[in-house]
Amino acid sequence: MPAIETEALAREFEGGIKAVDGVDLEVAEGEIYGFLGPNGAGKTTTVRMLTTLLRPTDGRARVAGYDVVEEAPQVRRSIGVALQEAALDPLMTGRELILLQAALHAVPRDRATALASSLLEWVGLTRAADRRVGTYSGGMRRRLDLASALVHSPRVLFLDEPTTGLDPVSRQAIWREVENLNREGTTIFLTTQYLEEADQLADRVGIISAGRLVAEGTPAALKAQVGRPHLEVSLADEDGQHAEEVLARFGKPLPARDGKLLVQLEHGASEVAPVVRALDEAGLAVESLDLVQPTLDDVFVAKTGQHLEGDEDTGEQEALPEAEPAE
Amino acid sequence: MSALLANARVVAELGRRSVRQTARRPQLASPLVIFPTLLLAVQVGGAGRAVDLPQFPEVNGFLDFMLAGAMVQACLMAGNSGAIAFAIDMEMGFTDRLMAAPISRFAIVLGRLAGTAMLGAFLAVYFIALGLIFGAEIQEGVLGAIWIVVVVAGSAVAFGAIGVSIALRTGTASVVQGLFPLLFVILFLSNAFFPTNLLLEPSATVAEYNPLSFIVDGLREPIVAGFSATDSLAALASVAGFTALGLALCAAAIRARAMRGG
Repeated sequence: MPAIETEALAREFEGGIKAVDGVDLEVAEGEIYGFLGPNGAGKTTTVRMLTTLLRPTDGRARVAGYDVVEEAPQVRRSIGVALQEAALDPLMTGRELILLQAALHAVPRDRATALASSLLEWVGLTRAADRRVGTYSGGMRRRLDLASALVHSPRVLFLDEPTTGLDPVSRQAIWREVENLNREGTTIFLTTQYLEEADQLADRVGIISAGRLVAEGTPAALKAQVGRPHLEVSLADEDGQHAEEVLARFGKPLPARDGKLLVQLEHGASEVAPVVRALDEAGLAVESLDLVQPTLDDVFVAKTGQHLEGDEDTGEQEALPEAEPAE
Repeated sequence: MSALLANARVVAELGRRSVRQTARRPQLASPLVIFPTLLLAVQVGGAGRAVDLPQFPEVNGFLDFMLAGAMVQACLMAGNSGAIAFAIDMEMGFTDRLMAAPISRFAIVLGRLAGTAMLGAFLAVYFIALGLIFGAEIQEGVLGAIWIVVVVAGSAVAFGAIGVSIALRTGTASVVQGLFPLLFVILFLSNAFFPTNLLLEPSATVAEYNPLSFIVDGLREPIVAGFSATDSLAALASVAGFTALGLALCAAAIRARAMRGG
């Protein structure tokens, strides 16, 4: 039985805006499924329907074997949810939040206290456990949010853009925790606008654009659909035409970019060494040479004609003036 | 654990959170004490000789007469403050966290109202203590004081329920906050600060039928004269009516919200 299954899932808002327009998904038990798309593509609306926060206007969805409309309470018992922007009360302490979450999921009181301590330790927040959440950094909030979603050991975990706005170190910490959870058998449905995140974490990726699923598969298979790797060559001298002739022997020339010559290699990475030898034999001095593999962005461009938004943000530091240093 | 017990535990936990939130956000809690106290001080200090007016009800002092009005004003503000906090939870997405849990969505509302009830009870105790310190007397004694605490807490729940239903409909704290002046107008159109029989028309008629007047009378009588069965029952009916209306509006708003999401 799939952990998540949707058939023609759709959500139309007032004014005829179709946020999600007939999405068919199937996520297997124990899988990490990356749901990739730019802002406004329909990722969050899909998650809100799958987590019973929003009724679909058409189609159907089952999570952990239960229908999200007809059997919403059973769905809620089976899932953990960490929504976008880590919706945490800044006036509560980390421990209070976990204890509240335990009450929401009917975890017995005598177990809840010990569970809170162990979850806080697992996400590295033991020292900050009794501090108010308002003093946490963005990464700490995300880790607390993740811990709170796990109090009832959910079968399926929904993470809606869990690392948006985080610095690279915090992002890596979240990734490690997601991987650990998945190793323990939790199915993870992860929405993201970061290519690297989907590539790194997801067993399979679904790409959504304008409410429709435009591509689905393993990251490697999706990239393979787009094409072979290409070589970017920068020459020390200006004899571009001669170089183009040499490179054309190894594959299809692509339009030059930033003064670099591009060629899509006919036989993949194995041709890098012959290319270098051929350029050398032709008396051309190479300044730099890069083998560029297709990315999920190339897949997105191929399917939609647009680049994904937000990937440029990858290294940005979040702005949280009240944040204290993370542990 | 049965579903009922599980939901009761959630209501208690959310009530506790609500009380802690009020204590930790003094900018929300302090006006509930400060403004009614200031108004009470200004009115008692400035219009204390009103008791000498012909046909003014027989009272021990103007403070005794005014305490009920101050308490209703405070619990209106407490209800509004609870509803604003609920709307803030919605704005920051905290309510989604609660709604994604396997609990009755009504428990989320009741949890907030449990906290509002505690706040109402605290305000009642505060005004009773203030009144006693400054020379007021509660004719009905300890029993009367307990009755006042219960009615004020119940009124805070009733007004809070109406406010929460608006928060559920709009999802914005600013709209709920915008209700505050309206509440004040309704309060001034009651007998909270002046006896009905001394008001001019049409204010006297409006005050006579204003449901807030029934609550004020139910609180005032144990202070100035002693229990009156009619006034007490009318106060209870008024609180129950407001509560039922508020909860029904909340139930409808929850259903509507589930359909439209957001």
